[in-house]
Amino acid sequence: MWLYFFKRVLLGVLIVLVAVSLLYSMIHLVPGDPVKTVLGPRASPELQAQIREKMGLNDPLPVQIVKFIGRVAQGDLGEDVFKRKSVNIIVFEQLPHTIYLVLAGIGWAMLVGIPLGCLSAIYRNSIIDRIAGILSVSCIAIPTFVVALYSVLVFAVTLKWLPAIGAGDGESLRSYLVHLILPAFAVGLGWVGYLARLVRASMLEVMGENHVRTARAFGLPERTIVFKYVLRLAILPTITLIGMSIGILLSSAVFTEIVFARPGIGRLIYDAVTSRNYPVVMGSVLVTTVLFVVSTTIADLVNALVDPRLRTDK
Amino acid sequence: MSGDLEMPKATQMPGTWQIFLGSLKRVVREPLGAMGLVLVVFVLVSALGATWLSPYEPNKIDIKAKLQPPSAEHILGTDQLGRDTFSRVLVGGQIALKVSLISIGLALIIGLTLGLIAGFGPRWLDNSLMLLFDSVRSFPTVMFALAVVTLFGPSLTTVMIVVIVTQIPIYGRMVRSQTLALKDAEFILAERAIGAGFFRIIGMHILPNVVGPLLILASMDIPFVITIEAGLSFLGMGVRPPTPSWGTILNDGYSYIYNTPWPVIAGGIPVILTTLGFTFLGESLRDVFDPKLRKEI
Repeated sequence: MWLYFFKRVLLGVLIVLVAVSLLYSMIHLVPGDPVKTVLGPRASPELQAQIREKMGLNDPLPVQIVKFIGRVAQGDLGEDVFKRKSVNIIVFEQLPHTIYLVLAGIGWAMLVGIPLGCLSAIYRNSIIDRIAGILSVSCIAIPTFVVALYSVLVFAVTLKWLPAIGAGDGESLRSYLVHLILPAFAVGLGWVGYLARLVRASMLEVMGENHVRTARAFGLPERTIVFKYVLRLAILPTITLIGMSIGILLSSAVFTEIVFARPGIGRLIYDAVTSRNYPVVMGSVLVTTVLFVVSTTIADLVNALVDPRLRTDK
Repeated sequence: MSGDLEMPKATQMPGTWQIFLGSLKRVVREPLGAMGLVLVVFVLVSALGATWLSPYEPNKIDIKAKLQPPSAEHILGTDQLGRDTFSRVLVGGQIALKVSLISIGLALIIGLTLGLIAGFGPRWLDNSLMLLFDSVRSFPTVMFALAVVTLFGPSLTTVMIVVIVTQIPIYGRMVRSQTLALKDAEFILAERAIGAGFFRIIGMHILPNVVGPLLILASMDIPFVITIEAGLSFLGMGVRPPTPSWGTILNDGYSYIYNTPWPVIAGGIPVILTTLGFTFLGESLRDVFDPKLRKEI
């Protein structure tokens, strides 16, 4: 048991290390001099040499990677070459906005998707189930950024019910929340479908199990069976799925933040990419990757804790 | 006829064509599958025939007719440069399908090869390939795409590279697990015992067992690729203007969303129809071909 935990965590760390090295080599093996990209083609040779030294570009690539990982391990993501500001500060200023967005999105999706899945499972093969099925697949299929654009078009431009851009005036909580509604809607819509289908499938599976049959044989009311015996078990894969899918959530947050001109890590990366601000690109992609690996690892561990069968498969 | 020894009829397998027709029938019987098939055929026909169907040259600028609502001359209206949105949507569909077919095809070939290598190769090779796959998958796709765009600059090729690199691990993993499961199956051992070579085993026994599920998986990835292409082009990181793409149409439309809703509506609908069509079709294909998932309690 502990061995499995140890192995899984080690694998997570290894993945992060390989991912960081891949990212670093990718950025530094591109044709074109990163220094010239930063300074422009007309910078003096002295200045170029100075920046090159500062960015540690004179070392061979593996040494650079090890040094970079060493710095990151100490919690230093480097410095934004344009603004001369620590990338840490820049990234962690933006990160909360993305986290709120993702939480709000997944939150409303759970509130709607899980009951929808329950209904489908309880009334399986009925008309409700059929409609819920088609709705779920449709929600999954429509890309987030199209949902975002259409919701701007409908609720902000045409109906003028909700603001289209920004994250509020930065003072009142109410304005922040009002600005969160449409982005959270866009991020969560696909998840309503995912969750509904997943909950339906796992509920049907649990409903076929012996302990549920026994409960039914005891004559327990259907409501007790569904909530106490079925849903409690069926909800577990859902929780781990969410942990596994933080990457998808972050990806949809990028589009949503750009469409709604919201601050956040997605927008940060986008802006850094368009201005070729390598340190910020590295830092923010790194933070999201770590976030992703940590959450999948935790999801795996929780899974193993709950279901001992999974512990042996590594 | 009497006295002739005939091959027993029961050993005759139905031809591939019959299997195909049979499964098509089962797909169409489901409302979801029928809907998906209709949408996919519709999208394919309009993309293939884009050149003949489009009433205008998709990049022809006519400033005097800019931002028009739908009318008899321009079915879906015009954009900010007076270009006919309908023609641009058609040609954009061609590009979206081209990108998805090429990149999924290449990813399939590479993923299949790497998966076979991982499945048959020595343990250390298997482990390092798996670690590499996991690491590549650990970047959220869009973040990875943005990082790649920083390096190679925005273009259709970049979009395809992103798709290929992110899809290879998925296909590779699947092929690997199938190969591992089959490698020591009795019929393979028997084949090996009668002296079959490595390539015969792979070609005759492993591949046919792997390709079916792989193709279904790939068909379900088409909406994903179309979303990536449209999404990156929307961000200005895919197709370069003036080439039409559903993403760039949406982006242009978004800039003028307070002037006219039509370009956004016209750019979004084909994306929605295509992803819906392929998802519906993929779902019912999977149900038909994978009876394990069909079980309903």
